[in-house]
Amino acid sequence: MTTFSAVHTPSRWWQSRVMRRFMEHRLALLGLSMITLLTLACIVGPSLLPYDSLSIDLRARFAPPLSGGHYLGTDPLGRDVAARLLMAGRISLLVGFTAMLLSIVVGTVVGVIAGYQGGWINAVLMRTVDGFLSYPSIFLLLALAAALKPSPVMITVIIAVTSWMEVARIVEAEVRSLKEREFVLAGRMLGLGRAHIMFREILPNAMGPIIVAATLTVARAILLEAYVSFLGFGIQPPLPSWGNMLNGAQQYLGSAPWLAIIPGAAITIAVTSFNFIGDGLRDALDVRHDTI
Amino acid sequence: MSAHIHAVSAPEVALSVRGLTISLPKGMERAHAVENISFDLPRGQILCVIGESGSGKSVTANTIMGLLPKAIGITAGSIQLDGREIVGMGPEALRSLRGRVVSMIFQDPLSALNPLMTVGAQIDEAMLAHGVGTPTSRRERAIELLTEVGLPDPEVMYHQYPFRLSGGQRQRVMIAMALALEPAMLIADEPTTALDVTTQAQILKLIRDIQHRKGMSVMFITHDFGVVAEIADSVVVMEKGRVVEQGSASKVLRTPEHPYTKRLIAAVPHLTGEDRKPIPAKDAGPILKVENLVKTYRSGSALFRTLRVVPAVKGVSFEVAAGRTLGVVGESGSGKSSLGRLLIKLMDCDGGRILFDGVDIAPLSEPAFRSSRQKIQMIFQDPFASLNPRTTIGRILTVGPLAHGMAYAKAREEARALLDHVGLDAGAFDRYPHEFSGGQRQRIGIARALMFKPKLLIADEAVSALDVSIQAQILQLLDRVQRETGVSMIFITHDLRVASQICDEIAVMQKGEIVEQGPPSQIFLNPQSDYTRELVAAIPGERPQGQKPEAAES
Repeated sequence: MTTFSAVHTPSRWWQSRVMRRFMEHRLALLGLSMITLLTLACIVGPSLLPYDSLSIDLRARFAPPLSGGHYLGTDPLGRDVAARLLMAGRISLLVGFTAMLLSIVVGTVVGVIAGYQGGWINAVLMRTVDGFLSYPSIFLLLALAAALKPSPVMITVIIAVTSWMEVARIVEAEVRSLKEREFVLAGRMLGLGRAHIMFREILPNAMGPIIVAATLTVARAILLEAYVSFLGFGIQPPLPSWGNMLNGAQQYLGSAPWLAIIPGAAITIAVTSFNFIGDGLRDALDVRHDTI
Repeated sequence: MSAHIHAVSAPEVALSVRGLTISLPKGMERAHAVENISFDLPRGQILCVIGESGSGKSVTANTIMGLLPKAIGITAGSIQLDGREIVGMGPEALRSLRGRVVSMIFQDPLSALNPLMTVGAQIDEAMLAHGVGTPTSRRERAIELLTEVGLPDPEVMYHQYPFRLSGGQRQRVMIAMALALEPAMLIADEPTTALDVTTQAQILKLIRDIQHRKGMSVMFITHDFGVVAEIADSVVVMEKGRVVEQGSASKVLRTPEHPYTKRLIAAVPHLTGEDRKPIPAKDAGPILKVENLVKTYRSGSALFRTLRVVPAVKGVSFEVAAGRTLGVVGESGSGKSSLGRLLIKLMDCDGGRILFDGVDIAPLSEPAFRSSRQKIQMIFQDPFASLNPRTTIGRILTVGPLAHGMAYAKAREEARALLDHVGLDAGAFDRYPHEFSGGQRQRIGIARALMFKPKLLIADEAVSALDVSIQAQILQLLDRVQRETGVSMIFITHDLRVASQICDEIAVMQKGEIVEQGPPSQIFLNPQSDYTRELVAAIPGERPQGQKPEAAES
């Protein structure tokens, strides 16, 4: 019998079609570099700046940007806005990422189980999802935040609780179509356990939409955190977050507009960048583009 | 043949392709989809373009229709349609030709029809797009067309949605749409490949009749020499984007010159009409005994009065002797695939017994059946869907044995040995499914099924997604595996020719029941039931009574 070798030479993941298409998506690349820069700045920035984010200097109150060594000016207590912005970025990005991870994990597990098992399990799980979705999430968020002691961890959990449902829906639909594929039958034929089939055979094939959902969820989580903190129910001062920086800035909009513009710009950049990345990934992972 | 029917002044050649080269984007398997091909389609004749997948036959058809994807471009050559050069023609000019001068029917009539429009509306649209007729005249014409393609109750059919029709009826609707504007030429891209053998015979007859009646020219793309023998006047054989042989159908079929043509013709499975040489069995007892197996599909709910009950398998009984192959043959909807899934307990049955090695496995729960699962394995139909695209071949092969407690080192060693056994090199172990061709993937599927050293293999349409030459290789492999390991097989297929190659015994299924069972010699040469007779008669390119297939009488 003749021996056959594989048709294609093996290719590494960065040479794959998905990567190539993502790299051709200009806005996505822009988003990716913005996020990378922002994250790096938030991680190493505070230690490079001459001022601490909490050190109060009452003689230098309301210093405008680029004065006296304060690149972005100072706030009503004379604290350095640049230092506060980057520290706030740490908190906001961390809350955003962690909330995203939590909601992806919960949403994926619920979605995979509901999609694969079908029947009454699906009915119970998906109706629960519908139940959660039927609450206006902002009010749920505010109610929970008002009732519970607001700490970064609690805010993260609350945001996750209000944003896992969309992931569950996406994953459920994907798994329901994947489980009809023959390789799933083949897994059953081999006697693989249910959990093995769900999470090791099916799940890797549903990663595309999950990754897209993840980037969009980060953007949403950052926005939600800012929203709640702005209203005063979120991250509590003196710990800075982009949201509570905005909150603190509203009385001085006329006299010190930079206090609002700077954190506002940071939120906008982070959210749009994540959305661009999400768009780019969605286009790159969309199999309908796979012709030729 | 019927050239005189058309206008006298029309050129004798309906389609003339000269030196056509179509390039592919960089990074594809080869530089050209087709390279320097030339052929003529004489007016009023049927030209068959035959080749295996990837030979460039569909690209050629799409080029003539002006339907090439943007990434692919014509780099050289000319295409003359009815004396008009279409290479370099603008999209608007091409659009006006489509449907009026040349029309196309596709392989999959379900995806080619709009599911949200009635049959009538779609035929109407084909005419409306070219600004032909008034609403009343178009409606009359549509009903006339539906009558012409032999659909029952054209008036009722006009208001039907595609999903209500069978595969054959949908293909008739496609043909009606293609004929709406009386095109001089019809391109048929594998129009019968997705159809059952009896339906295929009807559609082939319909195309031939219409072509004859209207003096149309037909370019018929196929991969099946049986179909060529049925309808072709002339043949173009394509291999990897090149025309390797062309000539009249009788000449190419009787005295093929190019080695590739010879190979293709030799690979076409023929009804042997002879029984398979029995493999000396170790013990003669049956490995599998099925008694009165029943499966009924239920959907909807009784509460809302939407309950639909579809009997899939109705009291089927048979036996498989150790080391033998039972073929289960039937058309789509006959319940043969349901039967396969019942036997391996991917579905639970509603009644009856499945005695495997003397034990009734039908009532066993999944955990109780788990240990026996290894003894019954399956080879799936679609080599592209049956391997998990995200896992390496190594993992695909070893994951089952590992789950049943085999040590990894041993599983890996066995997987490598099996890869070699099914004709793949051991380097395949670390690769991913997308790096392999369809035939190679099917070999991997076979290796996966053999990992447990099963006693019974169920092959569900295991070769129907493959090219004929690959099909023959896979059949040889299965035959060799059976001779070496003594495994019993149930070979489920819709293709009687394939079944005749590999089966010791054949069961013919119709509507969930076995209507006839016996050795191939009986089924093919002396069928007892009407249905079997009908099936055998419908096989393309075969003459009954075991005669050698000859060219179509033209």
